[in-house]
Amino acid sequence: MSGKKAVLLQGNEACVKGALTAGLRFFAGYPITPSSEIAEQASIELPKVGGCFMQMEDEIASMGCALGASLTGVKSMTATSGPGFSLKQELIGFGAMAEIPVVIVSIMRMGPSTGLPTSPAAGDIMQAKWGTHGDHPAICICPTSVKEMHDLTVAAFNYAEKYRTPVMLMTDEVIAHMREGVVFEDHYEVIDRVHPAPYEEGYLPYACEEGSLVPPMAAYGEGYRFHVTGLSHDESGFPTNSPAVNDRLIRRLCAKVEADADNIVIYDEYMTGDCGTLFVAYGSVARTSLYIVKQLRAQGIKAGLFIPKTIWPFPEKAYQKIIAGGRVKNVIVPEMNMGQLVLEVDRITKTQASVVGIPKVSGELFKTEELYEKVMAVI
Amino acid sequence: MSSNALSYLRQSKMPHIWCPGCGNGIVMNAIIRAIDSLGLDPRQTVIVSGIGCSSRAPGYMNFDTLHTAHGRALTFATGVKMANPALNVIVISGDGDGAAIGGNHLIHACRRNIDITLVLVNNNIYGMTSGQYSPLTPTGALATTAVYGNIDRPFDLVKLASGAGATYVARSTVYHVPQLKTYIQNAIKHHGFSVVEAVSTCPTYFGRKNKRGDAANMMVWMKDNTAVYKKGVEEYDKSLVIGEFVNIEAPEYTDSYAALTERVGGS
Amino acid sequence: MSERIEFRLSGSGGQGIITAGIILAEAGIFDGVYALQSQSYGPEARGGSSKAEVVISKEPIDYPKATVPNYLLCLTNESFNLYGLTADQKTVVIADSSVDTSKADREIVKAPILQTAHGELKPLVANIVALSFLVGFTGVVSRESVVAAVMGRIPKGTEALNQKAIDAGFRLADELKK
Repeated sequence: MSGKKAVLLQGNEACVKGALTAGLRFFAGYPITPSSEIAEQASIELPKVGGCFMQMEDEIASMGCALGASLTGVKSMTATSGPGFSLKQELIGFGAMAEIPVVIVSIMRMGPSTGLPTSPAAGDIMQAKWGTHGDHPAICICPTSVKEMHDLTVAAFNYAEKYRTPVMLMTDEVIAHMREGVVFEDHYEVIDRVHPAPYEEGYLPYACEEGSLVPPMAAYGEGYRFHVTGLSHDESGFPTNSPAVNDRLIRRLCAKVEADADNIVIYDEYMTGDCGTLFVAYGSVARTSLYIVKQLRAQGIKAGLFIPKTIWPFPEKAYQKIIAGGRVKNVIVPEMNMGQLVLEVDRITKTQASVVGIPKVSGELFKTEELYEKVMAVI
Repeated sequence: MSSNALSYLRQSKMPHIWCPGCGNGIVMNAIIRAIDSLGLDPRQTVIVSGIGCSSRAPGYMNFDTLHTAHGRALTFATGVKMANPALNVIVISGDGDGAAIGGNHLIHACRRNIDITLVLVNNNIYGMTSGQYSPLTPTGALATTAVYGNIDRPFDLVKLASGAGATYVARSTVYHVPQLKTYIQNAIKHHGFSVVEAVSTCPTYFGRKNKRGDAANMMVWMKDNTAVYKKGVEEYDKSLVIGEFVNIEAPEYTDSYAALTERVGGS
Repeated sequence: MSERIEFRLSGSGGQGIITAGIILAEAGIFDGVYALQSQSYGPEARGGSSKAEVVISKEPIDYPKATVPNYLLCLTNESFNLYGLTADQKTVVIADSSVDTSKADREIVKAPILQTAHGELKPLVANIVALSFLVGFTGVVSRESVVAAVMGRIPKGTEALNQKAIDAGFRLADELKK
């Protein structure tokens, strides 16, 4: 370890620290396992910095409250788990449509329904992209360590502000509840939303500047007197039924993230340079996978690991680079669900390699020997 | 309308979407006049709504305006107010939006006593979706989903809000316009959560389905069937009681939060 | 120290097993090595059985849970029956003296942890006695670091009691090693 001192932190604690580093000043939430420590920490820390903590009456209310706060210019956040994430979906869509920066943490669990509240799983991978109705931009970040719970929460806020959109930070109970030593970076880049020029007659709150797909954002109470709606709207912010305007709006909303994916994607790779077998894994499963990769290497099997830290957008180019050329024969996607991200990996891989999902829905993290055996059966 | 009141409207957004005879315009007018009388700074005033006919009002009002999802206006409004307590926050909702899908948020906003004014326009029906019964549709009334007569018992919104802890509760109608404006004005001035039920007309659905005649006839019904609330009086000879029912002081939520912040040394 | 040392601490809810795990991991951090603590989480955390796992390593830790624990501590019969009887032969199994280990077909390290805490000290610090015994016995983290970690995590005014608990744990370990 480096000379700098490490601090022992729990994953959920680190998330709140990261949020504060990024400038969090408003949290609205509702108690739900296994994310409650995030609300608890926020309730302790926010008043100390003049911020606001709200425990709302339900999951939907906490999403609405966080979005409302963001419209006044503060950085806001909510945290939940599977059932709450389901309940929030309509308003996540509102945030995407009205372009309101907000961070939503989901410490995923198994479903459907109440599932296993205290056990790790990855039930929200597809919900993060397709949970709310209609097409919308999706940025979803998935930490694999306590340090990343801090650092990637900072990234989540930066993306929310930069792209004016809800950003999801999702991981599982293992990462959320474990404690690890964290050595903080000396400096974290913090991005704030771009503010529009001073108010002038004819102000258009949803007009983008030349070369940008993200409109600058004013705050309520500054005198811009602008309208925000979940209805399809034009640059003035007011609803319209114009087919051309609707088409342009939805395409712009999606493009602002998709077209800039190169600047959004975060990933890690281990021993991918010569691998014939490639693991694609996220959350705590990435750590089991790394253990197996090392084990296989020790046996002379050329295994590698690709960890998408942004699940959405998936780091497609970096992944393509590894599998291009036909050296990778097997792509293995172990997941704590029946196979969600494997669908995306399969879509991108096409016929370049054989993609095999290894699902686990028992509510436990993969054990090393268990994953090893399942992998050996594949390769 | 005086030219002063007009300055609070986004005139370029007219004509509005409301049917002839709809009471929403009257309620919006009363809100604007109340704001004008109080001299609220329009740049420091946020109007929030949910989904429904009355929830379209903020789009026509020249403030910072927020047209949220169905039932959720109070949740967004709470976020706006808590993040910036200096702002005046007024919520416009309907009987479906506020008392059905948003009912949970309503009682909790009352309980917190947060300094937000809710004007709930009660036309006894879901107008936007073509006349289904709401939690404020009277028992026995007809609606497109109650063609055999509504068997549901309606909420008494005044009792609901009072019981849940709102510290200002009033009811008026779109017939009693000066009184409605006064109540809204008092509600905005009140430091705490205030609820004004504005009983309104929907001649298109409620009126037509229930043979109440046109808007003018519905107004006459309001005139003939209202009694004014008197403290201590339980029984009235009219079916619709209007007045100021609750006007009390209690700790206000943003104040309580500010005190908490100060206690823990936050700036 | 080999690359990866794993501990599993088990007992019943309320014995402070989780706290002991956290402090053990923190002592590792103070020593400048990698440390990771995880715990059983769920209804059983509110009474019933309790389990914490700690991985200490000179290298970054990949798999966050114990695979084959190097050391297993069982403070109750229930936890011994659950983990002790099925433990791998490579695992050093440590049980409180009060635990019935007669069904085990292997050597079990036994120490009067609970008796020491209940008799000389307070039941509240049983976990600190257990922790310092474990540290004294295994030497995986330094004694100085565990003292520092304990002192950083206990309520004000309990320093003297906890110092006694630490000393008692170290003493039990030293006696056993003689």
